[in-house]
Amino acid sequence: MSDSIPVVRHERMRAPVHVRLFGDRIFNTATFILALSILALLFGLAVALIADSFPAIRAFGLHFFVTADWDPVNDQYGALPFIYGTFVSSFIALAVAVPLSLGVALCLSEMAPDWLSHRLGFLVDLLAAIPSVVYGLWAVFVMGPWIRDHVEPPLAHWFGWMPLFQGPKVAVGMLSAGIILAIMIIPYISSVCTDVFRVVPHTQREAALALGATKWEMVKTAVIPYGMTGVIGAIILGLGRALGETIAVAMVIGNSAQISTSLFKPAATLASVIANEFAEATSDLYVAALIELGLVLLILGIVLNVVARALVLVVQQRRYRETGR
Amino acid sequence: MAAGVSNLHGETSYRYRKFKSDSMMAITVGATILTLIPLFLVLGYLLTKGVASLNWAFFTHMPAPVGEAGGGMANAIVGTLEVVGIACLIGVPIGVGAGLYLAANRASQFTNWVRFSADVLMGVPSIVVGIFAYAVIVRPFGGFSTLAGSVALAAIMIPLVTRTTEEMVLLVPPELREASLALGVPHWRTTLSVVARTALSGITTGVILAVARVSGETAPLLFTAFGNRFWSTSLFHPINTLTVQVYTYAISPFADWQRQAWAGALVLTGIILALELGVRWVTGGAAKAPR
Amino acid sequence: MGDGRGGESAKVAMAEKLVVKNLNAYFHKNRALHDVSLSFEQDRIAAIIGPSGCGKSTLVRCLNRMHEVVPGATASGEVLLDGNNIYGDEVDPVQVRRRIGMVFQKPTPFPTMSIEDNVAAGLTLNGVQISQAERHQVIERSLRQAALWEEVKDRLRRPGGSLSGGQQQRLCVARALAVQPEVLLMDEPCSALDPISTARIEELLLELKSAYTIVIVTHNMQQAARCSDMTAFMYTGDLVEYGETKQIFTNPTRRETEDYITGRFG
Repeated sequence: MSDSIPVVRHERMRAPVHVRLFGDRIFNTATFILALSILALLFGLAVALIADSFPAIRAFGLHFFVTADWDPVNDQYGALPFIYGTFVSSFIALAVAVPLSLGVALCLSEMAPDWLSHRLGFLVDLLAAIPSVVYGLWAVFVMGPWIRDHVEPPLAHWFGWMPLFQGPKVAVGMLSAGIILAIMIIPYISSVCTDVFRVVPHTQREAALALGATKWEMVKTAVIPYGMTGVIGAIILGLGRALGETIAVAMVIGNSAQISTSLFKPAATLASVIANEFAEATSDLYVAALIELGLVLLILGIVLNVVARALVLVVQQRRYRETGR
Repeated sequence: MAAGVSNLHGETSYRYRKFKSDSMMAITVGATILTLIPLFLVLGYLLTKGVASLNWAFFTHMPAPVGEAGGGMANAIVGTLEVVGIACLIGVPIGVGAGLYLAANRASQFTNWVRFSADVLMGVPSIVVGIFAYAVIVRPFGGFSTLAGSVALAAIMIPLVTRTTEEMVLLVPPELREASLALGVPHWRTTLSVVARTALSGITTGVILAVARVSGETAPLLFTAFGNRFWSTSLFHPINTLTVQVYTYAISPFADWQRQAWAGALVLTGIILALELGVRWVTGGAAKAPR
Repeated sequence: MGDGRGGESAKVAMAEKLVVKNLNAYFHKNRALHDVSLSFEQDRIAAIIGPSGCGKSTLVRCLNRMHEVVPGATASGEVLLDGNNIYGDEVDPVQVRRRIGMVFQKPTPFPTMSIEDNVAAGLTLNGVQISQAERHQVIERSLRQAALWEEVKDRLRRPGGSLSGGQQQRLCVARALAVQPEVLLMDEPCSALDPISTARIEELLLELKSAYTIVIVTHNMQQAARCSDMTAFMYTGDLVEYGETKQIFTNPTRRETEDYITGRFG
């Protein structure tokens, strides 16, 4: 059977032992170094930001966070307007995005048949693929004017007694920024919520239905409570995204370092002011102050991201404990 | 429970509950429609306003001097290709290598730290990454440069590529690895030629999605690659990119520039959607970017 | 069939190809094999039987140092291949695996490779330099040995996964044979296959016996009785009895062996 065919000798395959182990050692070391570089990247990021914002930290200390005076001419910097702008715009974004995202997630997980649900989910995810600058462009020339002409008048008419909705109606301002942010974070929140709802065990749903619950009652008693932790995680994830969103906001928020109560007025966020002023920052202290704003963003972004992931993990682990999957 | 009950009160109550349920579920459908409206509006406006401005000049000319009509975005398109390309050269080997390490060393504490760092990095706002690149490249080298922009984009890419590589490699059945080892193939060769090779299409998908993501970034480039009115492909000088160009034109007061901004946005979105859709089409809809 | 027949005069001294001495295997702190000692003779088929969890797979995986691939798995004792301890300090496990091949329970052709590339994988991945003609000869020889040549000779370029389960397993056998091991280990090679494929593999074993020393783990006692010359019965990590297949199945020495064979447990 095997006689007439030349035999492949073991000798030909035998490379010296130390060469082979060498190969393993090189490969393991190489991938280890590459993995280490990720730790180094995170560490380096934090160190660079702290180091380069140090002049501002030393100059202003904690006053930085409560002072509203942003005055490059006199080298006086206070971050309050941007902290205010970031949180208000994010709040508007969440107020609009969360109900919509929950609606989308429930529709995809409970209502639509599988084939439709996946296609619709794909379309919603596509919202996340559109670049920020494109959203900004559209917001400046299409959405902003539309809000000025069709949204702000009714708001001013019905709620004008609130300081929130007073003042001249403009296309760029806090409200527009909040709305474009909402559009941009919906895909993230809804995607996580959809996954969370889909993961609710059938047994939970069937238990509710077997008791005669309507679909909505089943959702209210079985699906949402089960996924509540994950939903909160999704919201926090969305908040993290909103905080860090720069370009679309910078294009549509008006970039004014003034705090005002009206949503129709221009404002600025931590991210938008960095985008607008960094390249032209003149003095060292100016740059350091901007970097300190970036440091705030970094810390906020990290904290929110970690909390969000921890919550989603809790949901996954709970499901695993209860169902083994 | 409700069926068969002829009690009038029970029937009304059930009808109300059913009505409420149907309304709420209809509201969720409404929310979905409402959510998708901006998608179609944005794409629609891009097409209508952008196509009109797309012409041969757009792809082949430099930007015109301030206030003048005409000109194009040739340098921006090439610039984006270059900055993203170099970012890949930096980011892909690091990301894939780190992903291979994580998949092969699941039990160690070091792996947990690396994975945690990658997850944390994914939540860092891109403008902060830009500041980082400014601090480590622009400042020491004394000026804006393509390299700085690429480093910023690479820093965004690396955690994405690492996570998808790890996930794809872990999907390869362990029996395949054992079969290769049993043939007397060394560990490193097994990992590269069998395991990674089997996961290759998934890894490539992850890389392409990361490329699509960073191609659309503007903020980190604003003070790293900065932008350039003129033609430049040098690694150590500022370079123009499509995103920065669209941004600059969009916020300018000149109608002609704004018109070109739409065209640029159309081209940019077209490229990105082509990558995202293409990858999903090839993999049969299995691709999903990590959040 | 296993040849239990043979009086004193007909007894041929068979070389001991693989000798196991005091083998203990551990998963972290749990001992999976207790002091196992037995020897496998050249060009014979030995079957290892026993209930689930008795350590038969662990034993066989220790024979080609695959056991230690799993994190936390260790072994102590000696396994002598032609008199040389494969667990010696100087010995490279990779080298060992080239001389002792293995076929697993689940057929695992490499999905990104064609049928012919799969067969030659052991050579290609080890960087062996051979000419195209030699390579083709190796592929044909291995596929013939695995009784697969006739079925795939016209579609060698097709992907390895395009074959049926039984064919895939024979492909894995061909792949293992292509590197010309001296010993072939098989860990329940037929348990994922249908009866017809199983029969073909069993036929194959009898053909291969003349050139290779074979150790096969099986949970199917009838298969052991059909195919093997020697049979080892294991129970909870101990080697209970080892002897000629005919003797084990008709006249076992130990009570546990008899209980297992007659179906009282397992």
